[in-house]
Amino acid sequence: MHLDDLASSSGEWLRGSGPESDIVISSRIRLARNLADFPFISRAPEADRDEIEKILHGRTSALQESGKVPENAIYVNVGDLEDVDRQFLVERQLISREHAESQGARAVMIDESERFSVMINEEDHLRVQVMHSGFDLTSAWEQVNELDDLFEDQVTYAYSEKLGYLTACPTNVGTGLRVSVMLHLPALVITRQIEKVFKSLQKINLAVRGLYGEGSQAMGDFYQVSNQITLGLTEEELTQKVADVVPVMIDYERQAREFLIRESHETLHDRVSRAFGILRTAQTISSEETMHLLSSVRMGINLGLIGELEIPTVNKLFIHTQPAHLQKLSGIELDKSDRNIERATYLRRQLNTDKSGDPNNN
Amino acid sequence: MKCQQCDRQATFHITDLIDGKPSELHLCEECAHTFLSPSGEDTADVTPGIAGMLAQHLAVGETADQLAKLDQRACPVCGITFLEFRKQGRLGCAHDYSFFADELEPLLLNIHDQVHHIGKVPKRCSQGAGQQTQLIRLRRDMKEAIASENYEQASEIRDQIREIEGRDQSTESSDESS
Repeated sequence: MHLDDLASSSGEWLRGSGPESDIVISSRIRLARNLADFPFISRAPEADRDEIEKILHGRTSALQESGKVPENAIYVNVGDLEDVDRQFLVERQLISREHAESQGARAVMIDESERFSVMINEEDHLRVQVMHSGFDLTSAWEQVNELDDLFEDQVTYAYSEKLGYLTACPTNVGTGLRVSVMLHLPALVITRQIEKVFKSLQKINLAVRGLYGEGSQAMGDFYQVSNQITLGLTEEELTQKVADVVPVMIDYERQAREFLIRESHETLHDRVSRAFGILRTAQTISSEETMHLLSSVRMGINLGLIGELEIPTVNKLFIHTQPAHLQKLSGIELDKSDRNIERATYLRRQLNTDKSGDPNNN
Repeated sequence: MKCQQCDRQATFHITDLIDGKPSELHLCEECAHTFLSPSGEDTADVTPGIAGMLAQHLAVGETADQLAKLDQRACPVCGITFLEFRKQGRLGCAHDYSFFADELEPLLLNIHDQVHHIGKVPKRCSQGAGQQTQLIRLRRDMKEAIASENYEQASEIRDQIREIEGRDQSTESSDESS
């Protein structure tokens, strides 16, 4: 598999078929680990970073050869990539922005289904991530734990009996575990209840942030709920804390949707139809506006207000209309205004011909 | 109570020694930061969350002198000072967790509410923290020896590194890296 092959596909986590996938986009768990006998990244000289990358590359290859990770997984040296490819991996949630923008030897291993990615030399030496479609934390934890065991068989992690896994940032120490569930909450945004939900989550030590924006200003009404604490609870307990709160959020969002349907059906139907209309006819459109309109369309499909489109197609459009994706798909470098034209063209093509709902039909 | 240097609320109450006599200072977070930072250090890029929390813990009952001294303490393994950690919010090596244990404990309590790990335990633990840090130190020494063209010493250090790596990773060849 090659990096370019990823561009036209859309990743398992976007197929929109997991549990509660009308509201929950994905369930993600990552573990932060460091090799015991090297300094953390911020104090590692170039030679150490090179060596860490070499060692971990060796280990990932060994896992592949022994068939423990799929043979078609790719290993990418992030430093060797063009800017657009790095941005592409960020949009795809396969690497962090920090990983894309830092310097020195660093890499990522991605399996073809994009269910897991392994970042090397990000903030920590090793970050193993598993991402599943819909609300599916239990199997995501099982898979990431298994991958961690496989690495652990071959390297010695920095670990202390008292503090657990030692990480570059004290906010990750202990389990090194970050559980994140991405939810689509347009009705809570429309009914202005989202802030209230945030505040109650913060009280129980969970963090919420917008997916593409900063703070409460989330583009496309996507929000990520994750654990803040990583020490003093087991991995299962930490996962459960997030797992306990997600059904409550789903329920709030469903109630808000029902309220909108009941109390302002015409207004809601109008909003959804206009959004769909603009996306199908615009000649130039920004990424922000696209996300905003797609969010209404996505909710409209779930509420049966739009019949001719399916969720996986919309999920795919959220990603494919991002700047780096557009450029990868069109095969040319585009400045902002050209991207807006290309984005509109792409949306018209997808939404006016793609009646089958097949996410891979480009 | 108002900050003595601006109009904001004073949240830091610092005892400083001026001409040998204790003197009380009441400052807001920002002014306290400026006051507590050793002169000449730019604090603009302090990671706000962690550094803020830390400063808060440290300011209570610490004098500027004590704080300045603490900031200058450097980890013998990776060389990071506590000031550098406060600025970046990132530690330099695993040994920092023991070297700065007293300073980190209130921070960990603040973030996690706990200071004891009860989760997963790796199957293969290293042969004690001493050995891990020894390797980091030996690699650094080897680099310095090479830089000063002291090749004989460098090769001795390399042998020591190999010996430790051999002991530690008896199941796995570690020679891919050499």
